[in-house]
Amino acid sequence: MISNKKQWAVTCLVAAAMLLASFAAQAAGRAGDFPPSEVNINDLASLQRGAKLFVNYCAGCHSTEFMRYSRLSEDLELSEEMVMANLVADPGKKIGDTMTNAMSKKQGEAWFGKAPPDLSVTGRSRGPDWIHAFLLSYYRQDDGTWNNAVLENAAMPHITWELQGIQEAVYSMQTVGDQEVQTISGFELVEPGIMSPDEYATAMRDITAFLTYTAEPAALQRKTVGVWVMGFLALFAVLAYVLKVEYWRDVH
Amino acid sequence: MAKTAEDMKSTAANPVMDWVDERLPVTKFWNDHLAKYYAPKNFNFWYYFGSFALLVLVLQLVTGIFLTMHYKPSAEEAFASVEYIMRDVDYGWLMRYLHSTGASFFFIVVYLHMFRALLYGSYRKPRELLWVFGMLIYLLLMAEAFLGYVLPWGQMSYWGAQVIINLFGALPWIGEPLVEWIRGDYFISDATLNRFFALHVIALPIALLGLVVLHLTALHETGSNNPDGIEIKKVKDENGVPRDGIPFHPYYTVKDIFGASMLLLVIAFVVFFWPTAGGLFLEYDNFVPANPLVTPEHIKPVWYFTPYYAILRGVPDKLMGVVTMGAAVMVLFLLPWLDRSPVKSIRYKGWWYKILLGIFTIAFIRLGMLGMAEGTPAETIETRIWTVVYFGFFIGLWFFSKNGATKPEPERVTH
Repeated sequence: MISNKKQWAVTCLVAAAMLLASFAAQAAGRAGDFPPSEVNINDLASLQRGAKLFVNYCAGCHSTEFMRYSRLSEDLELSEEMVMANLVADPGKKIGDTMTNAMSKKQGEAWFGKAPPDLSVTGRSRGPDWIHAFLLSYYRQDDGTWNNAVLENAAMPHITWELQGIQEAVYSMQTVGDQEVQTISGFELVEPGIMSPDEYATAMRDITAFLTYTAEPAALQRKTVGVWVMGFLALFAVLAYVLKVEYWRDVH
Repeated sequence: MAKTAEDMKSTAANPVMDWVDERLPVTKFWNDHLAKYYAPKNFNFWYYFGSFALLVLVLQLVTGIFLTMHYKPSAEEAFASVEYIMRDVDYGWLMRYLHSTGASFFFIVVYLHMFRALLYGSYRKPRELLWVFGMLIYLLLMAEAFLGYVLPWGQMSYWGAQVIINLFGALPWIGEPLVEWIRGDYFISDATLNRFFALHVIALPIALLGLVVLHLTALHETGSNNPDGIEIKKVKDENGVPRDGIPFHPYYTVKDIFGASMLLLVIAFVVFFWPTAGGLFLEYDNFVPANPLVTPEHIKPVWYFTPYYAILRGVPDKLMGVVTMGAAVMVLFLLPWLDRSPVKSIRYKGWWYKILLGIFTIAFIRLGMLGMAEGTPAETIETRIWTVVYFGFFIGLWFFSKNGATKPEPERVTH
């Protein structure tokens, strides 16, 4: 009878887990399907390189207004002096300040047609796969202007083109429903940049890792805490079970 | 035979306790509701979820208090204050994830708790009021969850609120003024956020606690049902104690402590390793600050509302959609009177009930999944079919339960 009960409980738990999984699959949440970015926020060197690249190429226009320099120093294991010297461009900033920049919303709108968004939590809203794909998908159009295959007509110019070089889109015909549509199937590098394609993909992965980290700095901490909490609860559950069995001995 | 907690501890008089008892019935309360409150001894897995719900309620109240210390209920500051909690407040991320995860688990636990009632006929006479109070708790919980979801002031907070508040606009005559009254403005704004905060942290928690007291009082008046659906009070020993009853304390307290540790393990896993639950518990679009000028491509409520959201969307007419959705929730109130079977438990109801409940469960889950989907024409048709099946359960129950096949109930509980 006991084993019967246990079977019941296990069946229910498995059913619940499957239910949750199917819901999660349904939720999917983010539109589009991008190749995995393979970022690793526990790779400290990658985060440090990403921070440097972000400050050099992105932070002039994009703020990360919820991210403090002091937190960066703590989490990326960089001394405050190093952060102030290498990652802070504005001499008026202090170590406890957040990563904002001098560009006002109005200026942004005037210069780009759309104010560059704050990127504090973009790592969570768009997700790392999107960001990585976006950074790799700039191409030169026939008229010589930039476009992006992930975000059509992006207001943002191709900031890192010198690193990547110039790529053009390769088109192919695809059948959608009963219509033939021209879609971008890949890119062709027509003019090499400072970095090789592999180096460039890694650099963009570092920026993506950095943005994934800034979206949730607590992610570095919570898993460590989680292991201890779950360890304690597991031990507690065993003791609670033994206690329950002991008390229930005289019921059956 | 089980011993009472009273037998187990020494009965030496305690003068302090005597002094208190003469002024406040502490010992009487302890005995009436724990040490000498007799619960059936055959509770199974499904009987954990009542105490789980209480545990999650406490979790939400405690984490909620800490969040309130740092959260700013203003359209200008709300989003930033949540990020402040996530980054600058010591263990703020823990409080926030416990609260957001707790919200989803509240519904998981309550849905399973309600399903238990469907399995064993727990809503049947004499427990109709117990069920009605439970349903009221469920309604308030939905309101509480909706209000709380608006507070982080992300895109989904804003546009989800837009969709849900506008539902009231479908009502004839009073619709528009009512919507305006709820919002406190001509559009969803700072005023709306402020009042939602007040309702979320004060009004509804107080009402919820009151209803929980009523729910438990009603429970302890009738005593718990059990998987056999028979009344243990019918067979009592010479002391008037049900022969199949055991004192809630210590037997079910130790059992529930074990259960609680298992629930906390699952919650902890989500909190520490999977806090967004793949976009189910924390939606990705809600990490974008609310923007009244940009409508998100795909507005959908959090998973626990999606079965009803699907029903709403499936009906072509707005007012009829709202009415149908409302009916889908309200019809649950009628269960005690729709079920006319001479037996309570699924164990002794015939095959007809197993089929009815099985199909109903599939319909509810499938509607939940369809409520998250984009709503293509094919999905809309499927939604309508499951909506009919959903309501069909209640109609079928009314018809089949009167004369449907049953097996003989045992005199005493089985296992």
